[in-house]
Amino acid sequence: MKHMETEAPPTGQSPPDVSQVDITLTVNGTAHRLEIDSRVTLLDALRDHLGLTGAKKGCDQGACGACTVLVDGKRVVSCLALAAQYEDREITTVESLCPSGELHPMQEAFARHDAFQCGYCTPGQIMSAVSLIAEGRANSEEEIREFMSGNICRCGAYPNIRAAIRDVAAGG
Amino acid sequence: MRPFDYVRATDTEQAVAVVSADPHASFLAGGTTQLDLMKDGVLGPERLIDITRLPLAGITHTDTTVRVGALTTMEELAADPVVRERLPFVREALLLGASTQLRNMATIGGNLLQRARCRYFRDPTVAACNKRNPGSGCAAITGIQRMHAILGTSDHCIALHASDVAVPLVALDAVVHVRGANGTRSIPLTQFYLPPGDTPHIENVLQHGELITALEIPLLPETARSHYLKVRDRVSYEFALTSAGVALVIEDGHIQEVRVALGGVGTVPWRAWDAEDVLRGARAGADSFRAAAEAALEGARPLPGTAFKVELAKRTLVRTLETVAGAAS
Repeated sequence: MKHMETEAPPTGQSPPDVSQVDITLTVNGTAHRLEIDSRVTLLDALRDHLGLTGAKKGCDQGACGACTVLVDGKRVVSCLALAAQYEDREITTVESLCPSGELHPMQEAFARHDAFQCGYCTPGQIMSAVSLIAEGRANSEEEIREFMSGNICRCGAYPNIRAAIRDVAAGG
Repeated sequence: MRPFDYVRATDTEQAVAVVSADPHASFLAGGTTQLDLMKDGVLGPERLIDITRLPLAGITHTDTTVRVGALTTMEELAADPVVRERLPFVREALLLGASTQLRNMATIGGNLLQRARCRYFRDPTVAACNKRNPGSGCAAITGIQRMHAILGTSDHCIALHASDVAVPLVALDAVVHVRGANGTRSIPLTQFYLPPGDTPHIENVLQHGELITALEIPLLPETARSHYLKVRDRVSYEFALTSAGVALVIEDGHIQEVRVALGGVGTVPWRAWDAEDVLRGARAGADSFRAAAEAALEGARPLPGTAFKVELAKRTLVRTLETVAGAAS
């Protein structure tokens, strides 16, 4: 990792070729050392370098939410994040929700309410939904609708997604 | 995406010095605009200075202002208890401005510096864009204009400034604090943005390497009421077609203090000074509200694809004034 104090200001140097960074990402409680191209996004680091393919690449421009993961407990879109920026932060992916194989209540509610069709957006929906409840924003239909609007479902499973979230919010 | 050197800044002054000395270097904060534009090939910095670990986050209060570190996220600012209580239209604009995921990433400094959402600017396969490639023309003026500006435009650019929160902030006379290679300065937000004129690629008064370090928001009197109304094609998670940020102090049915700004219509966050002049001292009601809306849009230069925005913006402002006056009386 380049740190500023060791870095002299540039003087007419030529544009960089591929530039590597050497970073440690902490994902689901495990630290992983990665030597990667500086351009690698957090999403690509998770999927292509760590084999965690739960977070999905939908639009790759921050619009669809399929790549939603948590950083220090807060939901972000991992496609608009450079992996290097997230060194030493706590990254949580959908894979962490059922460590012993037993479904997380939100996953269970999604299955019970048939809250998906093709399923591609589902990991992002679930991470957002878990976060939504932690934020205290699942108190009404309107609130769920507004604060889940960063997760697009092209199959249109929204009514069932909201029903699943309402269930979990109500302790079901 | 073009290759770049990633460097993590540990000292604000040094970060400013490095970027100031290198025309191909850029600051990187939340990244939600910058990384998007780098993927699209619109931006291609050779060196990214990650400033997210600099001590520029956090909110402090005095009796008269809220001081917001530039790295404070949109979500953090929206959650601030003073903003919630005293500046509700700032909070509303923040919450309506992006998804929760983006609000958790995007910083207030980056929000103020966000680039145009113009689809022609964002597509390097389109040759004509004076903002991206000065002197090449403007594809939007003869293109699809629905999401473009009608106020502050020029024959060279009609790109909208799409920030929601900048609307109440210009209404409030917020000030940005900036650090450059030659020291610090403070710039009122109403003088920060530059309309396109014949240099659309110059969007604000910052020099290359100058860094926004904080935003200072003056508080309104405790009797003020405010509201931000956003009108859009979808009910959530969409840019504004038109929006209005209004704050009023009303006594005995008359408007004592007034702040009005418009979004979705300006090449810069649009302070509606003429509307304020109409409203100041006037009786709060349908007549003065409509007159203010007429005054606010008097200079509009709509194109066929944006003609609808003139009346929509007037009605948006009238509705917002009615809402605030209703809450204030």
